[in-house]
Amino acid sequence: MTNTSAISTEALRKEYGSNVAVADLTLDVPRGEIFGFLGPNGAGKSTSVKMLLGLVQASSGQAQVLGTRPGTPATMRQIGFLPEHFRFPEWLQAGELLDLHGRLAGLDSATRRRRSAEVLELVGLSEQRTRPLSGFSKGMLQRIGLAQALIAMPALVFLDEPTSALDPFGRMLVRGIIRELKQQGTTVFLNSHLLGEVEATCDRVAFIKQGRVLHTMPLDSSTTTQLVVELRVGAAPPALLAMLEQFTGNAVQIQPPDTATIPTNGTTTLALLLADPTQLPALAQHVIAHGAHLYALTPRRTSLEERFLEIIGTSDSGQ
Amino acid sequence: MQIVATLTWLTFHEARRRRMVVAALLLGGLFVGLYWLGLQAIVNEMNNGDVPFLVRQGAYNFLVVAALYVVHFLTVMLSIFASVDAISGEIATHTIHTIATRPIRRWQIVLGKWLGYVLMVTLYLALLCGGIFAVSWLAAGYLPPNPIAAVGLLILEAIVLLSLSLLLGTQFSTLTNGVVLFMLYGLAFVGAWVEQIGAFLQSSAAIRIGVISSLLMPVESLWRRAAYLMQLPLANAVPTPFTSASLPSTAMVIYAIGYALLALLLALRVFGRRDL
Repeated sequence: MTNTSAISTEALRKEYGSNVAVADLTLDVPRGEIFGFLGPNGAGKSTSVKMLLGLVQASSGQAQVLGTRPGTPATMRQIGFLPEHFRFPEWLQAGELLDLHGRLAGLDSATRRRRSAEVLELVGLSEQRTRPLSGFSKGMLQRIGLAQALIAMPALVFLDEPTSALDPFGRMLVRGIIRELKQQGTTVFLNSHLLGEVEATCDRVAFIKQGRVLHTMPLDSSTTTQLVVELRVGAAPPALLAMLEQFTGNAVQIQPPDTATIPTNGTTTLALLLADPTQLPALAQHVIAHGAHLYALTPRRTSLEERFLEIIGTSDSGQ
Repeated sequence: MQIVATLTWLTFHEARRRRMVVAALLLGGLFVGLYWLGLQAIVNEMNNGDVPFLVRQGAYNFLVVAALYVVHFLTVMLSIFASVDAISGEIATHTIHTIATRPIRRWQIVLGKWLGYVLMVTLYLALLCGGIFAVSWLAAGYLPPNPIAAVGLLILEAIVLLSLSLLLGTQFSTLTNGVVLFMLYGLAFVGAWVEQIGAFLQSSAAIRIGVISSLLMPVESLWRRAAYLMQLPLANAVPTPFTSASLPSTAMVIYAIGYALLALLLALRVFGRRDL
């Protein structure tokens, strides 16, 4: 546990009677990271978040959030939270809700006014400031919930399924907001089972199942070492294949032509595994120097979905 | 303190937005208005006939105490209905999550709500009772003895119920909370009658049952004491529904204050420790 950690837990456990919600959560999230928390339904994601927020007392284990015990007012001053089951007093107007949360966060009235306007703008609800929440759609409520989470300029934001009620535009908006938060140095703890969303925004992900972290991995392309490259060439004589195998140090596969989606035009598609993305320019040069006609060179990371099924699925077979 | 004040304000704001305030004020006004009309009619009747002074005073007294009995009943209903959902409802709908994760202490949430309800019910009781006393004075030129102490006891009833309701709300669902509160009140209500009848029949067992039920829920005995304080010494000797053959003592009042305080403190403590 270091001071540079936004969140750091050690064997955190929560039992409800004989039911174990979280078995053994050991995590370390550095400050400024966008951290994705992935797992199937009932994996203990929300309970973990609640323990980190002090809403739920851990049965055993250690947790530090921003260097202190979870849930203390000093910690919570720097934290924003959008719950999975977002519900707000519906008799309040949007602006009043933000003002209330600003007050509870200890902001003075000038800051509250300024921040309310800023976060309403951010989530695209500026026009709805004086509208009662009772008239809001589910998506609008989730947006105002996000605004509420960000009102006090938190250093750490917990977003529990933040786009569950949003349309594609809303999802794009949230992605943009998360990227903006990263630029500001805010740590984001993103709880989600929408993998595409996590893939688009997170620096690192943890796979959790039955309250245990099965695997963590970085998603940033500069730190991912291996990647699959698709190469479309005019022809694939054995000499080219031999050169590629020597270059990559791995076997090269000739892909079966996928005529349904892409017309082959007499080309051949090869799949090869590169140890490092920095090899990409050299690979292109080698192919051209070899005299081959290069139609396409597409680096592909293994999709998170594949990894998810692989990791969660493997452990499933062992149960 | 600012946090508590914010949450107290929120409770008021909710009552206002949900039109609870308008409904309560309108119906309260209607009640006082009808009472005025009725009382005025009786006063006119008494002035026409040659009714002795003492009989008139007795009648006016009975009418004021009867009106206050209605207020007592309203106090019980209002205190329970207003607060029964205050904590358990916010837990059930998860509304509490965004509030409890602000840089505040959990007990501030409970205390803020408690203060909000106590102030609201106190204000309403003061208005209703003030209205009844004012009408009685204007129409009949009559004021019962100890009006302030009686209103004070009604307010204490509200505080007892609100504190218990918030305590139960930190542990049970809204429905369970409501059922428990009404059962306890029903027990105290029946217990009080058993005690009165027991006192007439000089049955110490019946009196003991009444006392035990009052200890479980002191609200009814507070009303008995308020009614006793407002009646003329002579009226208290004649059996009417408001007569107390067995008078709740000041010890019972002190017990009720302790009861409310303990319930509130427990509510603050229990809510601080539970998982949300």
